[in-house]
Amino acid sequence: MIASLTAEKLACTRGTRRLFEGLSFRVTAGQALALEGANGAGKTSLLRLVAGFLPQAAGRVFVTENGNEIVEPEERGRFIGWLGHHDALKASFTVSEQLAFFSKLYSAPSVGGIAAGTSPVKTGEERRAALLEQVGLARQAELPCRYLSAGQRRRLGLARLLLTARPLWLLDEPFAALDVDGKGLVARLIALHCGQGGMVIAATHEPLGLGNESLKL
Amino acid sequence: MFDWLFRYANPARFLGLSGAVLPWLAAVTVLTIGTGLYLGFSAPPDYQQGRTVLIMFIHVPAASMATVVYLSMAVASLFSLVNRHILADVAARTAAPIGAVFTLLALATGSLWGKPMWGTWWEWDGRMTSTLVQFFLYLGYSALWNAIEDETKAARICAILALVGAVNIPIIKFSVDWWATLHQGESIVSGHVAPVFLGPLLTMMGGYFLLFLTLWLVRIRTMIVERRARNLMGAEA
Amino acid sequence: MTPFFALLRRDLRLSVREGGGVGLALGFFALVATLVPLGVGPDMLLLSKVGAGILWVGATLAALLSLDRLFQADYEDGSLDLVALSPLSLEGAAAAKMIAHWLATGLPLTLLSPVLSVLFGLPTGAMLMLAASLLLGTPAVSAAGAIGASLTLSLRRGGLILPLIVLPLLTPAVIFGTGMVVEVQTGLATGAFGFLAAFSLATVLLSPFIAAMAVRLNLAG
Repeated sequence: MIASLTAEKLACTRGTRRLFEGLSFRVTAGQALALEGANGAGKTSLLRLVAGFLPQAAGRVFVTENGNEIVEPEERGRFIGWLGHHDALKASFTVSEQLAFFSKLYSAPSVGGIAAGTSPVKTGEERRAALLEQVGLARQAELPCRYLSAGQRRRLGLARLLLTARPLWLLDEPFAALDVDGKGLVARLIALHCGQGGMVIAATHEPLGLGNESLKL
Repeated sequence: MFDWLFRYANPARFLGLSGAVLPWLAAVTVLTIGTGLYLGFSAPPDYQQGRTVLIMFIHVPAASMATVVYLSMAVASLFSLVNRHILADVAARTAAPIGAVFTLLALATGSLWGKPMWGTWWEWDGRMTSTLVQFFLYLGYSALWNAIEDETKAARICAILALVGAVNIPIIKFSVDWWATLHQGESIVSGHVAPVFLGPLLTMMGGYFLLFLTLWLVRIRTMIVERRARNLMGAEA
Repeated sequence: MTPFFALLRRDLRLSVREGGGVGLALGFFALVATLVPLGVGPDMLLLSKVGAGILWVGATLAALLSLDRLFQADYEDGSLDLVALSPLSLEGAAAAKMIAHWLATGLPLTLLSPVLSVLFGLPTGAMLMLAASLLLGTPAVSAAGAIGASLTLSLRRGGLILPLIVLPLLTPAVIFGTGMVVEVQTGLATGAFGFLAAFSLATVLLSPFIAAMAVRLNLAG
């Protein structure tokens, strides 16, 4: 479990543009941080920087675990659950195949982790089925991903987040293209995740609820 | 804001330094090549090839430069990757067209030299074949540079390609020589160079290298000045 | 199943299910083997002399066909981000993809080569040696190709740049691969096998590291 994510005087450059500088913030366990700002202000870049994809132009960003500061981008990566613009779904894979792949790729635990209040399950397969149920995709389990709507694709992404059980969630426009039910699901899962000690940083135009912090870029 | 200054502090110093050195470098280049040509012309005609052996003084150094320039590109690329210095990026990028021209020169003069000797405009001997493959290495490098939009990313990506290519060059040469020996018994154009030809040949090699340095410096300076102009014209830094 | 094999299996499945996989490579290979005699004439004596070289080049080109999507597809749909964050290192991921590519192209091409050797009238000894040389050399094609693919993954139309970059690097493989067949045809030992083995081994071992470096650069871009 990680205690916090800290950013100190972060600066980011894309090409020749300086997107932001001197950015400092901290997110602690149980907190959600909303990133606000116009399109192109650097929300996605900040998320990618925290994730370790993008090197910073200046400053530090690190995860604190058991009192240790973890600065290396590739080491930070194992704490991160990523939900980006793209869904990372292969058209020819069915929903359950796709989830099974992520499960194996991430060596996801078959039990425990920050699953959302389900009763103990016996196998990885059962856990995945339970997660699909939770995000409302149980009926679509055998459907190839090419037939999923935008909202369904996002739900599958959420199932993946739950599956891989990473403490820090980085969400890029998680509410985009979702209907009311979908948005409600996202809000509920974020609340649940934070309630269990997880952390969320989300780039969003919509309120996250929870009376959380927000950062304007 | 200070980044902008830092980025150009070194290149500015470079511009100053290179500006002072360049006239001397150009002068020495002209002198060396001139001397090489003179020595070449004053050497006795080759008993086999007659006067056409003079093309050797143009061709052989050019073929060597094809490799030397690529290696220089690779060294610049190494600095580009490790130090991320903008001068290294510019150096690597500007070396490529110069190397490509040397390579083409080698191929063209090799062909001209070969016609009287082989009877054909082309023979697949070790040196010509290696040079041809190296020409494609240059083409690929330049094509990749031009295809990637972000200049910094292009510099780093192409740096990897240049290093991979440089490591491959000795292997390619080895394999091509092996192939030429396999199929023809002996490399046609290699062999001993008579001592009387060694002097002009080495002089020309030196002259070509100096020519490369001169042209390289000119191109790097031009590119640095171009970037400055762009920044002054309002490209965001 | 470890993350490595999960990615390998997924890539294999994708090459079977989505277009541009095994069938395409084999089809292209067969097509080249058909077109060249049409261009050169049916003189079996001539064809048997050039057969090994034609087939080697044909196999290399066929293997390159599917390479540009090796990393690009995952980059475009966001899968590469997720792989980068997984317990699997990028080097491991590159290795898994490279191996999957070989299993889906190099290996089938090698298995088809004896059949196509018949079109060129290659004697049995040469036919077998050709297959052996392809078995040894096609991993180098996948490895060098993976490097090229990682360098060009962000290019919309990187399609033709990839072969331009990769083919010169593969000159030694073509030379030594066909050299192995020449050994059988002339009866002289030339060491081609050893050189090809060394080249393939070196390329295969180094490729994941170089490709991972290029992937990181692209993820940051």
